[in-house]
Amino acid sequence: MDKKTVVETTINGEQMEFLCEPRQSLLEVLRDVLGMTGSKEGCLTGDCGACTVLVDGRAVCSCLMLGVEAEGHKIETVEGLAQGSKLHPLQQKFLENASLQCGICTPGFLMSAKALLDDNPHPSEAEIRYALAGNLCRCTGYDKIVHAVLEASKASTSKAA
Amino acid sequence: MAATTEGHQFRVIGTRPIRHDGVEKVTGAARYGADYAFPGMLFGRVLRSPHAHAIVKSIKTDKALKLPGVKAIVTGADLPELPDRIEQGGELPINLHHLSCNILARGKAMYDGHAIAAVAATSPHIAEEALRLIEVDYEVLPPVMTVEDAMAPNAPILLPALRNKEDGPDKQTNVAAHIQFKRGDVKEGFAKADYVIEHSFKSAMVHQGYIEPHNAVGIYNSDGHATIYCSTQGSFVVRSLSAAVLGIPEGKIRVVPAEIGGGFGGKTTIYLEPLSVLLSQKTGHPVKLTMNRAEVLRASGPTSGGTIRCKMGATKDGKIVAAEASLAYEAGGFPGSPVPMAAMCILAPYDIPNILVDAYDVVVNRPKTAAYRAPGATNAAFASETIINELAEKCGIDQCEFRIMNGAHEGTPQTAGPPYKRIGMIETVEAIKNSPHYKSKLTGKNRGRGMASGFWFNIGFQSSAMVNIHNDGTASVVTGSVDIGGSRASMAIITAEVLGLDVNDVRPLVADTDSIGYTDVTGGSRTTVATGLAVFEAAQDAVRQLKERAAKLWEKKPEEVEFNNGLLSSKSNGVKPMSIKEIVPRLGRTGGPITGRATINARAVGPAFASTCVDVEVDPETGKVTILRATVAQDAGKAVHPSYVEGQMQGGTVQGIGWALNEEYFYDAKGVLRNSGLLDYRMPTCLDLPMIETCIVEVPAPGHPIGSRGVGEVSIVPPPAAVANAIANAVGVRMTELPMSPGRVLKAILHKEVSAQSSAAAD
Repeated sequence: MDKKTVVETTINGEQMEFLCEPRQSLLEVLRDVLGMTGSKEGCLTGDCGACTVLVDGRAVCSCLMLGVEAEGHKIETVEGLAQGSKLHPLQQKFLENASLQCGICTPGFLMSAKALLDDNPHPSEAEIRYALAGNLCRCTGYDKIVHAVLEASKASTSKAA
Repeated sequence: MAATTEGHQFRVIGTRPIRHDGVEKVTGAARYGADYAFPGMLFGRVLRSPHAHAIVKSIKTDKALKLPGVKAIVTGADLPELPDRIEQGGELPINLHHLSCNILARGKAMYDGHAIAAVAATSPHIAEEALRLIEVDYEVLPPVMTVEDAMAPNAPILLPALRNKEDGPDKQTNVAAHIQFKRGDVKEGFAKADYVIEHSFKSAMVHQGYIEPHNAVGIYNSDGHATIYCSTQGSFVVRSLSAAVLGIPEGKIRVVPAEIGGGFGGKTTIYLEPLSVLLSQKTGHPVKLTMNRAEVLRASGPTSGGTIRCKMGATKDGKIVAAEASLAYEAGGFPGSPVPMAAMCILAPYDIPNILVDAYDVVVNRPKTAAYRAPGATNAAFASETIINELAEKCGIDQCEFRIMNGAHEGTPQTAGPPYKRIGMIETVEAIKNSPHYKSKLTGKNRGRGMASGFWFNIGFQSSAMVNIHNDGTASVVTGSVDIGGSRASMAIITAEVLGLDVNDVRPLVADTDSIGYTDVTGGSRTTVATGLAVFEAAQDAVRQLKERAAKLWEKKPEEVEFNNGLLSSKSNGVKPMSIKEIVPRLGRTGGPITGRATINARAVGPAFASTCVDVEVDPETGKVTILRATVAQDAGKAVHPSYVEGQMQGGTVQGIGWALNEEYFYDAKGVLRNSGLLDYRMPTCLDLPMIETCIVEVPAPGHPIGSRGVGEVSIVPPPAAVANAIANAVGVRMTELPMSPGRVLKAILHKEVSAQSSAAAD
């Protein structure tokens, strides 16, 4: 068993330090080392998107990234979306549109949608579907999720929260 | 029992409040089973058979036990032997001996992925390493993978002790059961028919596809009590089945349901739960077990593929006079496919005087099947609903009209059971017929439109509920129904409706198996109907008590007190109406706090019907089918929270589309699953789909105070047939095998072209 490494990184705007084995994925570090269980494990092969986090603003499957690779990068997870008790427009629209049933895919969708809107504040339905194609949902059939992202894009000003 | 609600105006029921557990779910704070952690917790992993069919001659664990960090290893030898008997478990009856064998194999591996041993260690990685050090001596046997192979004479026998009623006690067999339903005389019926269509259909094994893998954290206390935290659709089922498998009294186990990341029937049984308790007992620590995705696909409970031969006859004016079907479904490594339900569903939407349905439950070397949203009905409808369209075409009658003409209605006999009470089958077809989608023109090459209908029983069963009135005049409603899709909000809505409160002043909770009375699974489309009924009655019980207290305060009889819109009043003079908030400070001195309670076994539950229309475009060069537009109409009786009803309709439709177009299990010649990941077990992504239009039909269910019908399942039933009918309309080929993946569609198109060419050449 390899010795653990100290990793310095920024998570949701906070500078953090954690210890992990080289073989632990970022997803495992977030969940089991840091106790941040908002990112979910669905497949461990990067096919479902339930573990999606943003790395320097880019949507990444945290199951496909090693914890040690977070060194020096900016990580954003679902736990950092809301500003204190003020929900991000995406979170608010997901609730208003009943865009979640079991909710397990929701953190991943929110992060992918945030990456999309940060980059393209007023996407078309087709652009939304393309950007979210890497996030699987089995409960909703996606309809209400796409509606929520469309509404959030109309609600936000060009500077995302 | 309360009256029906036709014409009743509701205040809260039918509105769309934000769900009470919503904020936790969108902020990542909600705790699903795998999110739980406890001090000193160990991690478990399961060793699984790499062979589809093998005798397990020996299991050596000594090397694995020596690995630093490994704390315990268990095998089937650590579980008690259970009698071969049937219990009610979840939605389908269960043989406890088979269930226990499925949890840890006893001497025989029945499918690729079958659990052989379980390890607990200080990290999941160490547990994984330990699996590789366990030495298992297998004697590999030839696998039997299809119902045809399993039913062939001289097929290898998979379960030596298995017998069925028909063949008797001396015949070994792979057919666990043969069920038959009949009505009238099909020979006579077919003789009257002007058109008879018969086809043989095949469908593949598919998985529920929930995004959250199975999980369980077991904590065994030295006093013999255990607690299980897990994501499940039925905490009481986890309790009773785990207790049975472990050989301990049910009362010694408390199950705390975590939030659940999807189930669709696949989480109404147990896999890891008893193992987590067993390993906790052996180690003295909490033990967390989770499945990875490959294990979920290989070794949880997909639903049956199989074969269906279906034959239907109609007179030329469009009346179906006879129907016959023979279904053989894969049960997996142990008996218990949903073929009996399939047999009861296949002809259910129609009024047919002569029917004969034979159904066979067949053991094969695949995982033991579990319930999947309207179990058995979807593959059955693929057969019947495509033949219905062919008959309609022969008769020159529109596909909707044909179904309306033959549709089941109040008084129509069911395949098994009493005649239908008031149902909404025909109304759902009419909703499709009158929908903007169906009325629109579909233009373009290789494009087609098809529709289909479907039926599901819905179950009632038992639920318990409590409504607590708080000191500030708000309330909480406690049930045992795990919330998979927003049902918590519906419970709050119903309570708020009865108590005259704002829906945000009612807090809904899902309690553990000690804190709330027995409650059957969240499944079978029962939660809003049955648990909703218990909640309704518990709230009414609270109202009754409130009236008694007001009567005491006003020195009147309880019968003189009324409760309307949250206000207690009396017709007789001299009293100022009181709100719940106003009476609450006086509850203490009039007898104490108020908790309304109710327990029910819901009967007279209304069945569900759905009709779905899809437009497709078929690429004639690749066989790829694109869904252009989809509309689903479903009879919900009365939609308590319309957004979540729409959600069930849309979700089921999309699962049905996946089942129709892409999803299937690929096993190789050795019986090893080749697509045990979500890349190759291809479920629909949002890029594959358009918006799903919904039409909630409300034909109130008689005998239910709100008139609600279960909505969770039936929407999955019509889509494969609807898509097949659309493909036929688009490119003139009739698909008889699921999924209708590009390769199969292309083959059918090419075959049609070749046949057309050869008949042209022959002229």
